[in-house]
Amino acid sequence: MQKFSGLALLKRALGGHQGWQPQWRSPEPKAAYDVVIIGAGGHGLATAYYLATVHGITNVAVLEKGWLGGGNTGRNTTIVRSNYLFDESAGLYDHAVKLWEGLSQELNYNVMFSQRGVLMLAHNIHDVQSFKRHVHANRLNGVDNEWLTAEECKDFCPPLNIDAATMRYPVLGGALQRRGGTARHDAVAWGYARGADARGVDIIQNCAVTGIRRGPDGAVTGVETTKGFIGAKKIGVVAAGNTSVVMQMAGLRMPLESYPLQALVSEPIKPIFPCVVMSNTIHAYISQSDKGELVIGAGTDAYTSYSQRGGLHITTHTLDAICELFPMFRRMRMLRNWGGIVDVTPDRSPIIAKTAAPGLYVNCGWGTGGFKATPGSGHVFAHTIATDAPHPINAPFTIERFRDGFLIDEAAAAAVAH
Amino acid sequence: MSGGFRLAAGGRIDRSRPLRFTFDGRSFRGFAGDTLASALIAEGVHLVGRSFKYHRPRGIVSAGADEPNALVGVGADEAHYTPNLRATQVELHDGLVAESQNRWPSLSFDVGAVNDLAAPLLPAGFYYKTFMWPQRAWTSFYEPKIRAAAGLGRAPGAADADRYTQHFAHCEVLVIGSGPAGLAAALAAAETGVRVILCDEQPEFGGSLLAEREAVIDGLPAADWAAAAVAELETRDNVTLLTRTTAFGYFPHNLIGLAERVTDHLGVRDPRLPRERLWQVRAAEVVIAAGAIERPIVFPENDRPGVMLADAARTYSNRYAAKPGERAVVFTAGDAGYRAALDLAAAGVTIAAIADLRPAATGALPARARAAGIDVRTATTVTGTRGRLRVSQAHLAAIKPDGSVGAAEAVPCDLVLMAGGATPSVHLFSQSRGKLGWNEALKAYVPESSVERERSAGACRGVYELGAVLADGYDKGSAAAKAAGATTAAASRSFAAKALDAGSDGFIGAAPHGRNPAFAKAFVDWQNDVTAKDIKLATREGFRSIEHIKRYTTTGMATDQGKTSNMNALGIVSDALKTPVTAIGLTTFRMPYTPTTFGIFAGHSRGALFDPVRTTPIHGWAAEQGAAFEDVSLWKRAHYFPHAGEDMHAAVARECLAVRRSVGIFDASTLGKIEVVGPDAAEFMNRMYTNAWAKLGVGRLRYGVMLREDGFVTDDGVVGRLAEDRFHVTTTTGGAPRVLQMMEDYLQTEWPDLDVWLTSTTEQWAVIAVQGPNARKVLEPLVEGIDLSPAALPHMSAATGTICGVPTRLFRVSFTGELGFEVNVPADLGRVVWEAIFAAGAPYGITPYGTETMHVLRAEKGYIIVGQETDGTATPDDVGLGWAVGKAKKDFVGKRSLARASMSAPGRKQLVGLLTQDPQVVLEEGAQIVADPAAPVPMPMVGHVTSSYASAVVGRSIALAMVKGGRARIGETLYVPMPGGTIPVTVTEPVFYDPKGERLDG
Amino acid sequence: MLIITCPHCGPRPELEFRYGGEAHIARPADPSTLTDEEWGAFLYQRANPRGLHAERWRHVAGCGRFFNALRDTQSDFFAATYPAGTPRPDTDASGVKESGR
Repeated sequence: MQKFSGLALLKRALGGHQGWQPQWRSPEPKAAYDVVIIGAGGHGLATAYYLATVHGITNVAVLEKGWLGGGNTGRNTTIVRSNYLFDESAGLYDHAVKLWEGLSQELNYNVMFSQRGVLMLAHNIHDVQSFKRHVHANRLNGVDNEWLTAEECKDFCPPLNIDAATMRYPVLGGALQRRGGTARHDAVAWGYARGADARGVDIIQNCAVTGIRRGPDGAVTGVETTKGFIGAKKIGVVAAGNTSVVMQMAGLRMPLESYPLQALVSEPIKPIFPCVVMSNTIHAYISQSDKGELVIGAGTDAYTSYSQRGGLHITTHTLDAICELFPMFRRMRMLRNWGGIVDVTPDRSPIIAKTAAPGLYVNCGWGTGGFKATPGSGHVFAHTIATDAPHPINAPFTIERFRDGFLIDEAAAAAVAH
Repeated sequence: MSGGFRLAAGGRIDRSRPLRFTFDGRSFRGFAGDTLASALIAEGVHLVGRSFKYHRPRGIVSAGADEPNALVGVGADEAHYTPNLRATQVELHDGLVAESQNRWPSLSFDVGAVNDLAAPLLPAGFYYKTFMWPQRAWTSFYEPKIRAAAGLGRAPGAADADRYTQHFAHCEVLVIGSGPAGLAAALAAAETGVRVILCDEQPEFGGSLLAEREAVIDGLPAADWAAAAVAELETRDNVTLLTRTTAFGYFPHNLIGLAERVTDHLGVRDPRLPRERLWQVRAAEVVIAAGAIERPIVFPENDRPGVMLADAARTYSNRYAAKPGERAVVFTAGDAGYRAALDLAAAGVTIAAIADLRPAATGALPARARAAGIDVRTATTVTGTRGRLRVSQAHLAAIKPDGSVGAAEAVPCDLVLMAGGATPSVHLFSQSRGKLGWNEALKAYVPESSVERERSAGACRGVYELGAVLADGYDKGSAAAKAAGATTAAASRSFAAKALDAGSDGFIGAAPHGRNPAFAKAFVDWQNDVTAKDIKLATREGFRSIEHIKRYTTTGMATDQGKTSNMNALGIVSDALKTPVTAIGLTTFRMPYTPTTFGIFAGHSRGALFDPVRTTPIHGWAAEQGAAFEDVSLWKRAHYFPHAGEDMHAAVARECLAVRRSVGIFDASTLGKIEVVGPDAAEFMNRMYTNAWAKLGVGRLRYGVMLREDGFVTDDGVVGRLAEDRFHVTTTTGGAPRVLQMMEDYLQTEWPDLDVWLTSTTEQWAVIAVQGPNARKVLEPLVEGIDLSPAALPHMSAATGTICGVPTRLFRVSFTGELGFEVNVPADLGRVVWEAIFAAGAPYGITPYGTETMHVLRAEKGYIIVGQETDGTATPDDVGLGWAVGKAKKDFVGKRSLARASMSAPGRKQLVGLLTQDPQVVLEEGAQIVADPAAPVPMPMVGHVTSSYASAVVGRSIALAMVKGGRARIGETLYVPMPGGTIPVTVTEPVFYDPKGERLDG
Repeated sequence: MLIITCPHCGPRPELEFRYGGEAHIARPADPSTLTDEEWGAFLYQRANPRGLHAERWRHVAGCGRFFNALRDTQSDFFAATYPAGTPRPDTDASGVKESGR
């Protein structure tokens, strides 16, 4: 792997940047692999990377029906935080934040992880109680999260309107996780792809999986693809919104529904917005990218869909909320709006687990909040595949919890989106 | 400069209306009908901005929505300031104040231009390769520097002072675009009598016809024909005409979003008008007549001010009478460059040379150019330009038969025109999910098959010749009306058009230049400073999908969303990868077509209108008493009633004691109410609630618990049986819609055999709770036909009669632990009855209390609040409601889930009371509870505080909590670790006052 | 914003409706006879297909009635809507084309 650094950049500048090599190969698939990962999004690529680096498993293919990082990885609002309520969730997401903190160096790829702070606004007494419960639970779990008064929120985020007289739902305070922030989504996919590729992982794009073959004992034997059959001892499904469709190929029904989720950016402006602000009560998420665009997340549409677009009324509702919280942005303009497909479990927590089919593993159900978990998710899923047993961190995130009732219901517990 | 470039005659500007404006503080003049760009050009100003990354000086490139460079901030004050507006679309008005962006200290001397010198270090994606050490420096150092350099304009400094409004509209045919195709389509559709909406982003209908110098239709000059067509449309009352209206988004099922700019072009605004208006148009059929955009040509130093699109130069000259330069070099890949050259020559611009990429130029237009004595050079390319703040030379060189480039000749000029061919505007078609197909002859993607009910007409589908465009538009308008159900056919009109056809020749990719490709800066995306070499670098680094290349280089991601750059980027990738264009893919066209103001989406949804406000019939009274209110779902509820000098705690303590000692009055009208009626009502209740209902007597009340099918508590409330077949169900304030939806769901889809009717009665009843030992004494004199005596109306019973002459359903019920009644009266009489009760209570010191006191009183009694003690993960048993589950019932919603092992597993959180060892310490709600305060982080937590108050009547703090295995821990000491120290607590029964319930009878 | 054809009221904008999830999942007549596995599947497992989806809607701001719909989840076009309690129509994806174009 060609090392990236300021010096390398300087050296190659003299040669007109002719000397850069491909960041990953574009190989044809081999006949068989030890592990086939379905889905070259951030989670799938991270899984392959950690299979190679932590577990020494390099005979791995990552299959992608489109272009790598082209699904939710490249479509999300890039918020990273770990101030979840339940021990299980806090453990999982904080594992990810700790990996984020060294990820650029680990991958030798600047993923621009920016710990700008994530501020979640409380608009009613119920929000206040709920957020304080989070703050206290997080503190005892070693996850930073602090309560801010409305005035402190305004100090932290000057564009915020806290004038109760002008607002339908005044800001009563907020929960701030300073270690939270944003990262450059594409760079995460590319950095993991480059790192995995350099260790021998084949990333095969434009290769759609059309079937999963299982042997007489029920164990998986490989995948049918648009590039032919590829044998596999183990298969990891990391197909996000398309997980139900892929798992159906192995004859498994999932506790998942796929919904459209929209996001948008404004035209770029000079730095004005220093952090991430989330308001679940009035449905708005906003930060400013390094390019200067205001990056705004909307809610999901009401119905399941794979269309990768949603209704205008959803966008409209989100911009209502943005204009209410930040009246100085009302004259800003929407530059680009897009949709992704989010796979949602009944308890809004992910599944990272073995399945009923031997050799078949699944990592899904991240709903609206999967990006933040990318490194942690890949790390524990690689462990699960490599050892055929969950890492302690993902042990609670089974499929069977929906049979047994051991839900990890962050949404119900907090009425807070991820 | 003083208007030196304004032509003496011609154009569509109104010379009788001169206007003054300022740009970067300097005063200029223009005319009504000018855009900011045309006025600046007429004043000889081309330098208008700096680029995003290298801060290179930039001029006006286009005359429309595709402008990548001329972005300005407009607004006389911060409350009316808008950044990043295209000068090519800003209509001039008197007193307009505009400023350039992304430069410091000034546009002509910008310190940021040092980036241009460092450009070799800043190729595509450079930031992914560096700034990684030391680890913390990204957030603290590098990123702030990058952010400060990036961004274009600045956010407004104050809250927007303007208003926005929204319309919904329906029509049979929506025509988008009013060039020749759109006008013809609108004429055809209008003739059939169906409802037609015609919209155009420009202030004047006519599109390209407004910039024609020679074209004639039906014997009229093109612009006059357009005016006549519009006049004809205006006479029809089935036609709605919308200028200054951009169709920005195509949504499913033929919903089109239009953004109408209402006042920005006015120097003096009518305060009654909104700034912009959002139209959501549901059209039976849509005709897209969006035209085409001219492609620039990618050649070295093609970004200097004075380098512009040929068609734009033609527009400035013909439409705005603004001469874009004195001496032009035209660089063309088709006949369009010749047309521009002839028009400019007619306006007095010297055409120094026409460099034509084609080996030969044989059409009528080249012939006319040659005849006019213009130096036409075929097989010629432009290898570079010179000039600091304005182009001063173009370097022309021959392309040899072997493809190599000969020696360059410097041609002095102040204008370089690019005519790379037309790119059909397929944005809206593509947004509609229509499938595009590559047309090799046109070198363009054009609409191939539709998904929505729409059709494209004219240049946006690759039809360019004026006569053909008019015919195509008329045909599509006619067909659209027919498809939308028009009963009259359009007349079979034909149009006699005479215009110079520029053909469809064009070029995509980067023009040959013979210079070292590693160092020549040939711009593809002006605004984002993406050059051909950046795109080639991306392909060398393994990026092959056009989506990857877009993201890695940022080409096409600027505020013009690649309108001028996408096709050339595709061509360069195709060339670099030796792969056909069609194999590389196309980036997705996304909403909106051009940037669209946040404010129009929000419309009137702000402040008090952001969400509906629900108030009770007693709200006004409470407000008059000075109550503080809290938001509970959409409701405003009285939170407490402070007396002068009281804070919330003092008010609540007073209110609590008043209820406990005498009597209080509380507005419970927000409680959800559902009337469940029918022969099978009791059976339905049995299935919906955990409780058993069959044996509940008429006139009796019961506390009901409702689960979701997953076994967790979702709602609760007191239910009265008013007749064998009639239940008065109450729900939580926030839960009412959810409960009704759930009831309807089961009734309609699972048990349609049950004969039951459900009616929401939440807003039919005002509910006045009168609670306290003197409650009966207050009410007794007011009621008729109801015996309030304990024997006649025991706890948890209901009676009907009248109160103050008003019909009432009177419930003997208590959420305070005191003798209590809830008086249900018709909502419109709620305040009258409330005031009568309040007056009757005066001798007893009746005290109004709010939701906070209600919470304290019920917590003293250990009554839960769903949503506070429960959080969607609690079973009835967890919160001490196991007694409310009908054990003998075979089934009810959620019962099967309760049978799962996990639901009765040891270690579930259970409702308990907590008493702090220091009675003055009030725990914080949400605080976590541990068994071992010395445990290291992460500390094992055993529970959390759900409710916590200072109880006046108990004389100390009390708290409710959910604690793992809590009921077995009663008497134990647990700990609440807080940042300020650990608080020891004793686990108790969750009842702090009158545990035997003796006060219920007063 | 979709246009949804209520079988009782006709075509109306999506804002008048509430989505109700997958259709034709009948609540077992006697849940107590189900294994945990079967009950868990009833509660949570969903087809979630890419393609035609039989789903429930309620015309909540209209007639208030639940009904079923067949919708292509790739295009969001409806192939059919039909009253609750009636069987899924024998319509394939070609029916979807009709409602769009």
